[in-house]
Amino acid sequence: MIDEPLRLKQQVTLEYRFAAGEYASRFFRTLKEEQRFLARRCPNGHVLLPPRPVCGLCNVATADWVEVGPRATLGGYTVVYVPFTDPMTGEGRPVPYGFGLIRFDGCDTSVYHLVDETDPHRLRIGLPVEPVWRDASERKGTFADIRHFRPLYEEDA
Amino acid sequence: MRGAVAAVAVGQTDHVSRRLDVGIPEMVREAVDRCLETRDLTFADVDALVLGNMEMFEGVNLVEHWLVDALGAAGKPVWKLNNGGTVGASTAIAAYYLIASGFHRRVLCVGFEKQSEGSAQSSITTVGDPIWERAVMAGAIGNFAAMTSVYVNESGVTAEQAARVAVKARRNACLNPHAQLKMPDLTVEDVLASDMLAYPVRKLDFCPSSDGACAVLFAAEDLAASLAPKPAWIHAAVTAHDQQYMGDSPKRLAEMRSLIEARRKGYAFAGIEDPVRDFDVAEIYEPATYAELAMYECLGFCEQGGGGRFIDAGVPELDGALPVNPSGGVLSANPVGATALIRVGEAAMQVMNEAGEHQIPNVRTALATGYGGNAWTDLLILRTEKP
Repeated sequence: MIDEPLRLKQQVTLEYRFAAGEYASRFFRTLKEEQRFLARRCPNGHVLLPPRPVCGLCNVATADWVEVGPRATLGGYTVVYVPFTDPMTGEGRPVPYGFGLIRFDGCDTSVYHLVDETDPHRLRIGLPVEPVWRDASERKGTFADIRHFRPLYEEDA
Repeated sequence: MRGAVAAVAVGQTDHVSRRLDVGIPEMVREAVDRCLETRDLTFADVDALVLGNMEMFEGVNLVEHWLVDALGAAGKPVWKLNNGGTVGASTAIAAYYLIASGFHRRVLCVGFEKQSEGSAQSSITTVGDPIWERAVMAGAIGNFAAMTSVYVNESGVTAEQAARVAVKARRNACLNPHAQLKMPDLTVEDVLASDMLAYPVRKLDFCPSSDGACAVLFAAEDLAASLAPKPAWIHAAVTAHDQQYMGDSPKRLAEMRSLIEARRKGYAFAGIEDPVRDFDVAEIYEPATYAELAMYECLGFCEQGGGGRFIDAGVPELDGALPVNPSGGVLSANPVGATALIRVGEAAMQVMNEAGEHQIPNVRTALATGYGGNAWTDLLILRTEKP
């Protein structure tokens, strides 16, 4: 047994360039330029976002593009208090922040996004929300072009 | 006709938050040695190996190559799996296939993680789809908490009921020499007073981050009885996937599609009709308290929505009708690449009557599961009787 085992510190910085492919390219171009959300629909009527070539509920090829949202409801939610390094910026995201599953009207799946609320007791499943867009000059064609989703408390039944 | 396969030996390191006295190969070797030593075996008694790990956590790739010495694997077939939280149980299922097919007779499964060597919360970002999911991630905890809100909404389980799972786990851990979080005096009030990580999940609701390794030896029908006094025979070894994106399943934690599918197939293989009656013990992969409650439901231990009442009634406690995670479970130690193999190993130890202080009396049938971020489930059923 050694008295003082060594620890070796290393830092590896790697850069990647991902080809977005046909479906994501169309989706994010439309998102950035027109602020519209395009989903794929399967022959059995499931509307899927992210858009994709095959429906995971039916295992059949999807058939056509349909527009969903921009109105949505919360499918699940949390308020995060634990520090987290934002993978896109490498910086800590200020806590607390709201986070949830966003279900666009007309869509059968949800996507995660930030929610503009830090009191979890004001949030509930089914709460209407809408996207708050970044300025055109800041938009890059990613989901981060949406700053967050704003709860529409005034419209909550 | 498939050949019968049994687990015959289990070895584990002590799982701790930071294992600074050993490197990765030394830690892995420790689990391998402990496994083989229980039966006075050597590397010569192993025909092939399956290794499980989540390479992103340590940032070391090709671990099956860098660990040849530690595994005693030179000159032998070695396969590596790298499929998330399920990986340890997947190595066991792979060993089952390798032996049942007749190609190999003695297969050693090894799982490990040394999470203290990397940055778990940041590296887990790389499991997100780079195009669709990474732009707005909140780590494993944020993701898990949002799913939990869906389950709480569906089932009505309370924070107190979730806290009871945490108390059960950390008290059971006191009987397991390998467990990390041993808290003999933990109370429901302590759990409810612990820091909120992401609403409604508190610090003591969540699994720790661990360094540790586990090794389990599997053997063919003609060898198992000579290798172990009481082999743990595999009666079901199934795996199932869910859809790919985080938000695809509307009730993700409340209705875990991959777990329900694995349960349906596994219970049919092994003839399980009433799991609380037919299982004597379960070792399930519960990353958080609320997940364990949801898993009671998805595994059919109770009715949908009944997870909270199931623990209120004491059924999964050590002295209950179906003890769940007598080892202390994932809530008491989570070296990810080893975690699901520990579930299989602990279930095998229960069947072999070798679990020591946390041995449940008269175990005949045991369940083990592996969980991969809700996307993937492994499920194994082990018995004292040969299939």
